[in-house]
Amino acid sequence: MDKVVSSAAEAVADIPDGATLAVGGFGLSGIPSVLIDAILEAGTADLEAVSNNCGVDEWGLGRLLFAKRIRRMISSYVGENKEFARQYLSGELEVELTPQGTLAERMRAGGSGIPAFFTATGVGTQVAEGGLPWKYDDAGNVIVSSPPKETKVFATAEGDKEYVLEEAIVADFGLVRAWKGDRHGNLIYRQSARNFNPLAAMCGRVTIAEVEELVEPGELDPNDIHTPGVYVQRVVQLTPEQAADKKIERVTTRPRPDGPDASADATGDALVDDAATHGLGG
Amino acid sequence: MSWTREEMAARAASELQDGSYVNLGIGLPTLVPNYVGDDVELVLQSENGILGVGAYPFEGEEDPDLINAGKETVTLRKGASFFDSAQSFGMIRGGKIDAAILGAMQVSAVGDIANWMIPGKMVKGMGGAMDLVHGAKRVIVLMEHTAKDGSLKILDECDLPYTGKRVVQRIITDLAVIDVIDPTTGEVAPSGTLGDRALRLVELAPGVTEDEVREKTQPPLV
Repeated sequence: MDKVVSSAAEAVADIPDGATLAVGGFGLSGIPSVLIDAILEAGTADLEAVSNNCGVDEWGLGRLLFAKRIRRMISSYVGENKEFARQYLSGELEVELTPQGTLAERMRAGGSGIPAFFTATGVGTQVAEGGLPWKYDDAGNVIVSSPPKETKVFATAEGDKEYVLEEAIVADFGLVRAWKGDRHGNLIYRQSARNFNPLAAMCGRVTIAEVEELVEPGELDPNDIHTPGVYVQRVVQLTPEQAADKKIERVTTRPRPDGPDASADATGDALVDDAATHGLGG
Repeated sequence: MSWTREEMAARAASELQDGSYVNLGIGLPTLVPNYVGDDVELVLQSENGILGVGAYPFEGEEDPDLINAGKETVTLRKGASFFDSAQSFGMIRGGKIDAAILGAMQVSAVGDIANWMIPGKMVKGMGGAMDLVHGAKRVIVLMEHTAKDGSLKILDECDLPYTGKRVVQRIITDLAVIDVIDPTTGEVAPSGTLGDRALRLVELAPGVTEDEVREKTQPPLV
């Protein structure tokens, strides 16, 4: 068995116009940027992307968006991307905003054969009751809004609570970025770059993994594998340059302690206060 | 007199015991860890998949694979762990996170919260906010008692779109501490349950009168 394909271009060549893509990553961390660029190069259009965010204007899914290849997005937070806002508000792009945990679970469920599940998240809000703007016309009027969803009251240990039915997501293709992978498609992600990647791998009918380091079967300790190879159909080995080409959305640092007494700072007791400038945790 | 932002953060910090698993929202809540006692170790959760978030890295040590939910570079504390987004929200939804401390634009008499969008402005998305307000064992809102223009923020009903309904347990403002209780038991109302709710004045900031708080709070305080 060898799932390695020779290039990113070959790996994405059969993705048709109109396909749904589940894409791993959170912000710019752990995004399959090489596969995304290969799709851009292939000219594939009219795509629906399921991804927590949509990159920034010049990186990640933002590049597909910029080239107007994306017709519809399912995301939880899209605030970093000016072109996204422009296309959304001018009616070029349809957007289904979904709470982040609900999005993750919809993807997990899709890969697990569970068609829908009840969650309290979104009950009593537009997420459950409908009316979230999905699509605008070119004059800025809402022409498609989210439908109301089924709700149900369940008894819990704390008392009766209301829940909303959320449907699973299955995508035509899953695109993920892993730190290490083997020829069977077993994957290990690095640090917080794991995020949505295992879920994108699960919910893709065909999942393509770009790996920073390719190893032979047996080299990865089975104890350490995050995504078993059963979820992965194609593996693309990145060049060292591609593997190292990662972006940071918000570089935040603290001053180095300059005296022996300052070492207490380095224990990481607290986030410093310019954290107040960052975006809405999405 | 009232509490400064730093004093509000310190008041919120006093809610947290040693060993608490805590998720902090943007802005003022990020100051809270600065004010916990030396004997209190918090485990900060970042919903993109980290328990045990530490300080920002030293310059030159930023790692693109190690960011928080605000997409900022961070470091880890000893004992940290990573997990995927489904497990992250599983632990939130499953009530394993002891407290979520977050800001709000409005809170209602029954503990509804509105903090994710303003009609007419570009909708950026709810991110994890809707999941957090329904999942954490305690939802503590940390906000100014009134808006900059003087309009009230603690209202009979929110007029901004809801993030979650009947989910807030405690409100800490520059003027007071207010709990959302079940009036039949007098206990703090658990998140999301149906049934009556009322607001109870728990504490006043130094020099603030009960009358002032009542005047600046639309619903009655018991």
